[in-house]
Amino acid sequence: MTDHAVHPPAVATVAKSDESDGMSYLETLPSRIVTLYIPLFIIVVILLFPFYWMALTSIKPDEQLIDMDSFNPFWVVKPTFKHISKLLFETSYPRWLWNTMYVAAAATFLSITASVLAAYAIVRLRFKGAQAVGALIFMAYLVPPSILFIPLASVIHAYGLFDSPMSLILVYPTLLIPFSTWLLMGYFKTIPFELEECALIDGASRWQILTKIILPLAVPGLISAFIFSFTLCWNEFIYALTFLSSTQNKTVPVAIVNEFVDGDIYKWGSLMAGALVGSLPLVILYAFFVEHYVSAMTGAVKE
Amino acid sequence: MTAIPAPIRSQKKFESSLPFWQRLTTNRNWIASWFMLPAAAFLILFLAYPLGLGVWMSFTNVRIGREGVFIGLENYEWLRDDSIFWLSVFNTLLYTLVASAIKFALGLYLALLLNRHMPFKAMIRAAVLIPFIVPTVLSAIAFWWIYDSQFSIISWSLRQMGLITQNINFLGDSNWARASVIIANIWRGVPFVAITLLAGLQTVSPSLYEAATLDGATNWQRFRFITYPLLTPIIAVVMTFSVLFTFTDFQLIWALTRGGPVNATHLMATLSYQRGILSGRLGEGAAIATAMIPFLVAAIMISWFGMQRRKWQQGENND
Repeated sequence: MTDHAVHPPAVATVAKSDESDGMSYLETLPSRIVTLYIPLFIIVVILLFPFYWMALTSIKPDEQLIDMDSFNPFWVVKPTFKHISKLLFETSYPRWLWNTMYVAAAATFLSITASVLAAYAIVRLRFKGAQAVGALIFMAYLVPPSILFIPLASVIHAYGLFDSPMSLILVYPTLLIPFSTWLLMGYFKTIPFELEECALIDGASRWQILTKIILPLAVPGLISAFIFSFTLCWNEFIYALTFLSSTQNKTVPVAIVNEFVDGDIYKWGSLMAGALVGSLPLVILYAFFVEHYVSAMTGAVKE
Repeated sequence: MTAIPAPIRSQKKFESSLPFWQRLTTNRNWIASWFMLPAAAFLILFLAYPLGLGVWMSFTNVRIGREGVFIGLENYEWLRDDSIFWLSVFNTLLYTLVASAIKFALGLYLALLLNRHMPFKAMIRAAVLIPFIVPTVLSAIAFWWIYDSQFSIISWSLRQMGLITQNINFLGDSNWARASVIIANIWRGVPFVAITLLAGLQTVSPSLYEAATLDGATNWQRFRFITYPLLTPIIAVVMTFSVLFTFTDFQLIWALTRGGPVNATHLMATLSYQRGILSGRLGEGAAIATAMIPFLVAAIMISWFGMQRRKWQQGENND
């Protein structure tokens, strides 16, 4: 059997592990197991293991966490919700979660609004220099926060927004607008412009065309842009770390890193519970909109 | 026939005869500038201006709470003689090159696997992308626990298998720490590369493979002469993004090691944060950040030429 997988007859060699559906009948099951299922299984297990570990740790009683000889560390007996309840009722975690959500929702809303207008103007109004503006926006996508946070900190300070969620709401759009504009440009291009011509002939203004024709047709694109932007905001760390200083105002990623680290060996349970609860909203959102998420990610790169 | 252009010309005349305010609301260029205004305001105030300000700050000795004065290239001269800065440059290049190369190889391999026909395809694809959804810092915290010096599950498993006798000090030893952060970065980056390359793979027509198979092409030849050339443009873009984000990575390192042990994992971004924000020497931090720009420009150039090539291959209107 192994011989067959390693040295199959000449024709089978050619057909083995082909990428197209059309020729998959030429493959034998053993060769599929070796070349496809086993590697894929290993990769998926490695990719998901940290989440399993996170979830397991967050429901493990403390004594099982540090005693790896009498308890098998890969499983849990008598799970406890102590860490999660401690997190929710004895720390400011709900407050951090609320901050994160509020900042992400507000920044996303602002960015999508600005991006819809910009993308429509670039794609459909075709004003002088539209191409150049499109290229500039793409450039903005490539400017990373790591080189901006120091000057931005002083800008934020000068505007008196230091340690306020407003600073993040105003700064995050710089990460989101380039991406969403680029994505929405792709969607708007697919909408036939004859529809707009008809509306123009009927006397619609540009604003009416945008709100009554383009936006309803671009709903999938809007959802993609929304989901992806929201996730980016939730994930953002360096600006939140730099601009926020009081415990009450922190976002989940910053609070996890700064507020939980106290040298206690029993910290792991609540730390993992914090990481898990902080990831869940995004994972749930993602589960509902997988296709939109994927099209956002690939769309923004492909364009 | 000649009647068709006429209305347009007369409309132009009509527009220029309007009073100023009405022209603002009817002329295409003016409407466009209204539409562009919000996006432009955000990007100019919080992106373009800080970018310029950062370069300017790198030429001053500004500190937190104190105005700076222009000191020319002094910050850069100071960095030139600073071994920690050069260590961080070395770390950044090592981190970027190793992590990107492995992310590309594994990502392409995973994309090829996912492109094949199998049961539960959609579910597997969705699961693969999860590491990319979860906030980096939160998964980094999970890695921190996995890499713990006393209770690491990896050390435990290896001990049970009899491969090691003592726990590995993942984040305490310089080389182990470098390897550990690179592995965590690869873990997070592979799904992105794989899923975007998969999108590219799906545009390759199966009939090309069928034709090649009839001509007797081997697996490797089909990959080398069909998949790879057709995928080159998207590989260029994906890898540019990957390199860019790996090069400027901050959060993974900060959550795992904060640059330690003994600066062994300090990247330019983390060093810039430590010098600029924690020590308060904004000017010096800005100089480190500015020193990253040449590398970023190189990455952008590669992206640009990659995209040009794609347009040339597939025509202007590929959406």
